Amino acid sequence: MELTVLVFLGSGLFLGWSLGANDAANVFGTAVGTRMVRFSTAAIVCSVFLILGAVISGAGAAHTLGRLGSIHTLAGAFMAALAAALSVYVMTKRGIPVSTTQAIVGAIIGWNLFSNSQTDAATLSKILSTWVLCPILSGVIAVALFSLVKHVLNRSEVHLLRLDAYTRFGLIAAGAFGAYSLGANNIANVMGVFIPASPFTDFTINDSLTLSSTQQLFLLGGIAIAVGVFTYSKKVMLTVGQEITAVSPIAAWVIVVAHSIVLFMFASQGLKHVLTNAGLPSIPLVPVSSSQAIVGAVVGLGLLRGGNTISWPVIGGIAFGWVLTPIIAGLVCFFGLFFLQNVFNQPIMG
Amino acid sequence: MFSFQKPVSLFGGTKSLERRIDEFLDKVTEAGLIFSRAVNLYLDKGPCEEFEAFLQQGAEVEQRGDVLRRDIETRLYEQTLIPELRGDVLTLLEHVDNVINIYEANLFRFSIQSPTIPADCHTGYSKLTETVVTSVESLVMASRSFFRDLNAVRDQISKVIFYESEADRISTELQRKVFASDLPLANKRHLIYFVEHIDELANSAEDIADEISIYAIKRKV
Repeated sequence: MELTVLVFLGSGLFLGWSLGANDAANVFGTAVGTRMVRFSTAAIVCSVFLILGAVISGAGAAHTLGRLGSIHTLAGAFMAALAAALSVYVMTKRGIPVSTTQAIVGAIIGWNLFSNSQTDAATLSKILSTWVLCPILSGVIAVALFSLVKHVLNRSEVHLLRLDAYTRFGLIAAGAFGAYSLGANNIANVMGVFIPASPFTDFTINDSLTLSSTQQLFLLGGIAIAVGVFTYSKKVMLTVGQEITAVSPIAAWVIVVAHSIVLFMFASQGLKHVLTNAGLPSIPLVPVSSSQAIVGAVVGLGLLRGGNTISWPVIGGIAFGWVLTPIIAGLVCFFGLFFLQNVFNQPIMG
Repeated sequence: MFSFQKPVSLFGGTKSLERRIDEFLDKVTEAGLIFSRAVNLYLDKGPCEEFEAFLQQGAEVEQRGDVLRRDIETRLYEQTLIPELRGDVLTLLEHVDNVINIYEANLFRFSIQSPTIPADCHTGYSKLTETVVTSVESLVMASRSFFRDLNAVRDQISKVIFYESEADRISTELQRKVFASDLPLANKRHLIYFVEHIDELANSAEDIADEISIYAIKRKV
């Protein structure tokens, strides 16, 4: 593989690293922050399941991003991923929880504008509608799940210590499911833009396991996310765990499960087929934000308790960040592509 | 980045710790039974060999209670169990352990000071002893419920409060009776001193019950 290819892929790997550093905290933050699960356990489980989710189930959401805008050159994909990564970095620095999903969508639209490509309005509206649907759905699932868990636990006579052990196990299992769903849903953000310009070719291991070029890209992206988890997520996990002090371990478990179910629903091709075959309305396979899912679940549980504990100005600030991120990423991508084409003489249009 | 802590098994050790907590609470009940029998024996026979045997038994129960409490506390910290409620549980165990200490201290007072209790006050002392022991026993039930069945905590706490009020009533009656007697003031003060220390058991039980009611709210899902 040429060095320039690796350099261009570098922006995607940087985006993957920042996804691992930040979004892993959504999955294991409370568990590690409250010392229910050790960081080393969380990091290993999170990394393994993130990579599995990315390689096995990552294709579904990636197709939707591909329909939004197809970037045919590595240089273009490089700038789109870099713009997304820089936007996430800047917003995170300012303490606004954002997601790579919004950033990469903004960057792809920036590419479309620069290259005079048509933005598929139907796909864009599908993605935007899921950004509203995702936190609402997560909140509804969290409320239903919490009510069920509360009903069961208040009628069972489980010893406090036994419940503690079950909760620990539950947090690890939910974290594994969450990491798998995060990998499946969000790998499209990290490596999706590189699919049309992928430098890899399919290869087969022992005549039985074939890894497509996309799966190889996703494996590389998954490893980058895992590196982000190992190198930088501990601090973010502890911050998340300490910020959500009012959340009990059981509520934390409910939040992680609700978040994971939502991410899985928007990533699972199998679930889509089941729903379609049953004549039910199918769920669009779209990369959604794990931060949105977490915030939705937390707000849902807050409303269940009367809503007094919810800080609406904070929620408003977070929602404003969700609107601002794609705009910033789009602008950075647009001007970045201009520089790449005119200053560095890189082929952008293919 | 990684910490090298003792590996924490997911379910192993939990049952053993549950058993230790149960055994610790059993010791509180045992201490109450010993105290009740010892005081009634003292009222019947005064200072005697049998009373000293009960005192010895009480001291052994207190020592075993201390060992169990320290072991439970160490395990809770070492295995980083119940991080959210660990502080509450440790405080609860320490305060309950203090009740065993009060039982033992009272028996030592009887042994060392050998108070002369007039026969017409025997019933009062006996009733007070039974009531404070019942109050502590209700506290033990409330503590067990805190660990296993939160719905039952409130009922048990109500019992603790009821028996504490009952102990206050008996203690007041007993103090009036002592002061209305023709005994020298020094004897009266001595007898009141014992009434107050026996009653302290019910007061402690009520204080701990109040704490449990708050812990139970925090424990609710």
